[in-house]
Amino acid sequence: MTTRIVELRRGILRKNDELAAQLRQRYHTAGVLVLNLVSSPGTGKTTLLERTLRELRARGARAAALVGDLETDNDARRLASSGAPVRQINTHGICHLDAEMIGKHLDGWESVALEAVDYLFIENVGNLVCPSSYDLGEKIRVALLSVTEGEDKPLKYPTLFNSADAAVITKIDLAAACEFNRDLALANIREIRPGIRVFETSAKTGAGMDEWLNYLVETRSDAS
Amino acid sequence: MHELSIASSIVETVTEAAAAHPGARVTSVRLRIGALAGVVEDALEFCWQLATEDTPLTGAALEVRRLPVVVHCERCNEDQELTGVQSFRCPRCGEPTVDLRQGRELEIESFEIDDQAEEKL
Repeated sequence: MTTRIVELRRGILRKNDELAAQLRQRYHTAGVLVLNLVSSPGTGKTTLLERTLRELRARGARAAALVGDLETDNDARRLASSGAPVRQINTHGICHLDAEMIGKHLDGWESVALEAVDYLFIENVGNLVCPSSYDLGEKIRVALLSVTEGEDKPLKYPTLFNSADAAVITKIDLAAACEFNRDLALANIREIRPGIRVFETSAKTGAGMDEWLNYLVETRSDAS
Repeated sequence: MHELSIASSIVETVTEAAAAHPGARVTSVRLRIGALAGVVEDALEFCWQLATEDTPLTGAALEVRRLPVVVHCERCNEDQELTGVQSFRCPRCGEPTVDLRQGRELEIESFEIDDQAEEKL
């Protein structure tokens, strides 16, 4: 038996990374700020997004959303009530969105031209592990954590929190009932991602929404 | 559980690269996986069996080299290896850092072929 080693040195997700780089260029050319929202199922991505879309529209901004789920278009229908254009991506069992799915859904989206959008939100499949490996070309990756989940989530899922550009603690109206330790949660987030911007919101009462929306507006004007 | 998609991508890439060595059999594939790559080695091993079934890689072994996170500390002006992924501070001076120099790798380093068959051609 004659064996030999063939050097390859190739990224396993190279195809996704290349597509993501093309998307990033496309977003930049179109002048749209793209955010990728990642959390566990039930953290409140859809509820936060619904209110965000509504309030951005009220401020005169043009916002749209792509929403990923294994099955059903329930989230897209919920989000569409904000009046913003929304498109559902069903992954049929796949636990994350990838750049190819995003590209396909942007291409076939008749009612939306990227040039006519200021903000595009991508709501990822509810999962704190797999989406962290897949670049979607986004400018801002947002990791969300609700007060009902426990303060140590960032320590349990460091891959995601370390790769995030911003974090949102959701459902803060329930903080007291959950005996949520805010200082500990903030410390844990910052231990994994030093210096990260953290927002504390309740999409129900509206608490913290202004700060979050101002951040979106500032980030968009910084980028262009 | 995205390890099956990862395993399938590896099979696809190595099969393509191995086509340059007709008749050779791939006996193992070596990966470099960073501690922050988000890949569970056991799950990948499990999926490897499934993903290689009925492909030219059937029976090939999977060897994984884990890479620790390396950060750059501005204060020490040095790269430092972290012992875990629970705290992103310079292990020497305690300064928090987001400057990652290693740890997100997810790549195929090399593969081994048995090219006895190739030589006979």
